[in-house]
Amino acid sequence: MVHVSATPVLALRGVSKRFGAVQALTEVELEVHAGEVVALVGDNGAGKSTLVKTIAGVHPIDEGVIEWDGKPVSINKPHDAQGLGVATVYQDLALCDNLDVVGNLYLGRELLHRGVIDEVTMEKNARELLSTLSIRIPSVRIPIASLSGGQRQVVAIARALIGDPKIVILDEPTAALGVEQTAQVLDLVERLRERDLGVILISHNMADVKAVADTVAVLRLGKNNGSFPVKDTTHEEIIAAITGATDNAVTRRAGRTTEAAK
Amino acid sequence: MSDSSKTVKKDPSQETVAPSDDPTAAPVTVVDPRLLIREEGLKGYLTEFKRKVKGGELGSLPVFVGLIVIWTIFQLQNDRFLSADNLSNISYYLSATGMLAIGLVFVLLLGEIDLSVGSVSGLASTLFAVFVVDHGVNSWLALLLTVVTGIGIGALHGWFFARIGVPAFVVTLAGFLGWNGLMLWLLGESGTINIPDEGPVHLFGQSSFFMDQAVIGAYLLAGLGVASMLAGSLIEQRRRRAAGVPFRPTSEIALRVGALAVATFVAAYVLNSSAGVSNALVIFLASLVIVDFVLRRTPYGRKIFAVGGGIEAARRAGINVSMIRITVFAIAGGFAAVGGMFFAGQTQSATLNAGGGNTLMLAIAAAVIGGTSLFGGRGTVWSALLGMLVIQSIQTGLDLLNMNTSIQYMITGAVLLGAVVIDSVSRRSQKAAGRA
Repeated sequence: MVHVSATPVLALRGVSKRFGAVQALTEVELEVHAGEVVALVGDNGAGKSTLVKTIAGVHPIDEGVIEWDGKPVSINKPHDAQGLGVATVYQDLALCDNLDVVGNLYLGRELLHRGVIDEVTMEKNARELLSTLSIRIPSVRIPIASLSGGQRQVVAIARALIGDPKIVILDEPTAALGVEQTAQVLDLVERLRERDLGVILISHNMADVKAVADTVAVLRLGKNNGSFPVKDTTHEEIIAAITGATDNAVTRRAGRTTEAAK
Repeated sequence: MSDSSKTVKKDPSQETVAPSDDPTAAPVTVVDPRLLIREEGLKGYLTEFKRKVKGGELGSLPVFVGLIVIWTIFQLQNDRFLSADNLSNISYYLSATGMLAIGLVFVLLLGEIDLSVGSVSGLASTLFAVFVVDHGVNSWLALLLTVVTGIGIGALHGWFFARIGVPAFVVTLAGFLGWNGLMLWLLGESGTINIPDEGPVHLFGQSSFFMDQAVIGAYLLAGLGVASMLAGSLIEQRRRRAAGVPFRPTSEIALRVGALAVATFVAAYVLNSSAGVSNALVIFLASLVIVDFVLRRTPYGRKIFAVGGGIEAARRAGINVSMIRITVFAIAGGFAAVGGMFFAGQTQSATLNAGGGNTLMLAIAAAVIGGTSLFGGRGTVWSALLGMLVIQSIQTGLDLLNMNTSIQYMITGAVLLGAVVIDSVSRRSQKAAGRA
């Protein structure tokens, strides 16, 4: 499933970020390869959002290096991140309710045909994009207001893909969705992977993470607290890393017994 | 999904509007069967229409109902109401306030309000008179200066709103008083400046007709409108068919163009039986066509709708929200100034009560009655025409019945309230139907 390329598309090396007296991120490492879904998990205030915002260019980093295709880059503005190929879908989807699906997909980057909005090409491309992603929407000419929460979420994700990004960041894409809609969004995440995109998925839902992620990166109090391949990791191990419960009497005893066995 | 219970099951394979017409159309994609897909043919339109009305998407429906009711009532009261002369009068007088309404549509699309357009139009007519009569400026140059001043005034309102963050309602309320004061100060003791009947004032006046009242003129306009709609629809259909996206079936195009043809040629016939098509109306209609194009087909228009639909979404999409706000208010100011020139053309003078009284209310009512929402993001500029038809019919009808200004104000107030109530109720039912 995971075909890890040699150089990660995006790599954070020892990234730190301070807000006044608060050390939000301390020497965080993160690697995202093409065609890999990295779930970023952690308790509230663990620094997930801050980390994502440093990648998206909302908060410039204080220390450390961000590498893009192995080369160090500086991301100081959202524009820099977009220019590199980072697309971010925030939790509030920021779609215009009154515009139709096509209008929202191309908002701010309408295709023009002799200076006039080229609705036909936009609609054609939108239908192609949505059908390659197997997104089920009654019509691309329906206003966003008439779509369900899950459909809005997939439209917001599809919109992120219009600019041909290499990395897509999804901030809690399933937080407000029902079972079926969550399944749709998770399907879509898999399809992003099939398109060889790197996906950073922030989620609180372990079931979602186990379902689609290849790697789980755990943040705790602004520091890395382990990075696990999903296949070989149990639910409990991830939860333990999130809550910091790994360091307790049981684990220490377990550690001693394995040492003794050697 | 709360609204799934009341949706109607339709064949999910009918995603393209006319799959039978074109076998090469895009492959039919899987569609959630709970979602509403329009059926083919006339019946499909009927069910779609019923569903839209139930869901609160009234569009232009209140206008047509309103027009029929109003015309019936006034015709019963006075049988001259539906005479060619009176209808011709309505068509002439609606263009001045209609110009203000065009500007207001822009502002309403942002979900804001401009209370100053009446005062700005009054100031514009006075400014023009001062330029031409007191300073001897060429009348066309004076027109240009006046409109530029209107645009500047609007931009100033927009600047206070967008950059300083003063609510648009308050900024334009200040403008409503302030610009009216400036107009009174300019007019001074005399209170009236007569303007010679030449240049733009003649053009906007009652005695200026398209192609000098030639009978062919009205039909030429009607034919031009119908032909361009037909050509536009067919070109659009061909392009969409070539691209493999859903397109309007030829029957629907024929229906739409046919309806427009009937409406325009009947209007042309009626106006011809009176005096012809006034140039003021022609300019108003031309403005509507241009503005409609800008709003629907240019990136700028799309940005206006986006800002009206969700400021945060627009900002994230890289739209300069302040720029849109300032330019929209500038456009409203510009159209208010042009409207003021129309008022000057009506009376060939600049008077104390130009743009005063209920002008502002009428312009707002027209835009809202025509179907542009006060809540932003929804509407078309054609609502300025449709709404003005209703409003001007009431005005002319009341004049015909020799009603007092007092009664006129009360009725205008009631009509405005009624329009806003319809807008609010339809928005609420749109929310209930998951469409807002």
